[in-house]
Amino acid sequence: MSAAAMAQEALLNSIPYCRWMGIKVLQDGEGLVLELPFDQKLIGNTILPALHGGVIGALLETAALAQVVHELDCVELPKPVDMAIDYLRSGRALASYARARIVKRGRRTVNVHAQMWQEDETRPIASLRGHVLLRR
Amino acid sequence: MMQNPDWQDQARRMVGVTPWFAAIGGEVVMARAGRAMARISWREDLIGDPQTGVIHGGVITSLLDQLCGAAVMSALNQPLPIATLDLRIDYLKPAAKGMAIVGEAECLKVTHEIAFVRGSAHNEADQEVIALCTAAFMLTRPEGRAT
Repeated sequence: MSAAAMAQEALLNSIPYCRWMGIKVLQDGEGLVLELPFDQKLIGNTILPALHGGVIGALLETAALAQVVHELDCVELPKPVDMAIDYLRSGRALASYARARIVKRGRRTVNVHAQMWQEDETRPIASLRGHVLLRR
Repeated sequence: MMQNPDWQDQARRMVGVTPWFAAIGGEVVMARAGRAMARISWREDLIGDPQTGVIHGGVITSLLDQLCGAAVMSALNQPLPIATLDLRIDYLKPAAKGMAIVGEAECLKVTHEIAFVRGSAHNEADQEVIALCTAAFMLTRPEGRAT
């Protein structure tokens, strides 16, 4: 694991909610990827079954914040301002992954997009577009 | 159209208890005629910022998604599968450390395919609004029957 991925893992481990959800950090040639292993508690619809929309939102938001911290070397966690989540496919009872990219870095705010997928990155289950406020 | 009272109770049970919402300690307090209320207690393992003790945005997302779904269910005259199409959240201020969060949502319109919802979340103790949301849900009606 690279130093960047280790630093991210340490950051996420310091956040009780991320630790509790079981979010892990991976890295590939394109950058950081967050992994959320499947767990029964993540289910929102027991009939399908499908992941809860809040779980999907939480992983996407965490990926967005982690990417900003990683790329901009933030000392403090940025504050979320707004987040818009599009639910594209139902999240199945499988491991999920998320990757984020910064679209525009302003002096105070950052526009960030994130995508979440399960078995195939070209078939995303949800995407996020949001703004975060940098703290200094 | 008259709402079936049994269905109202069924709607509350269906949308009030999902494994994830129960795991984060959430509870749908009320869901009736297109309006819903839910509550979530502050808990150590829901913290998103260890320095301030502020709850993770994902918890607010879960509360609002569950709540908006409950509002949609309670606006329908019969049980239908629903799925979140999109959810937009404005984080007005961080949730206060140690305080329960209460959310309210209202389903403003139900069409054949889509339901539109608005919601908000506030600190239970001081009533300060912490988040606003707008959501759309897909409805899956039985085929070939206009209801």
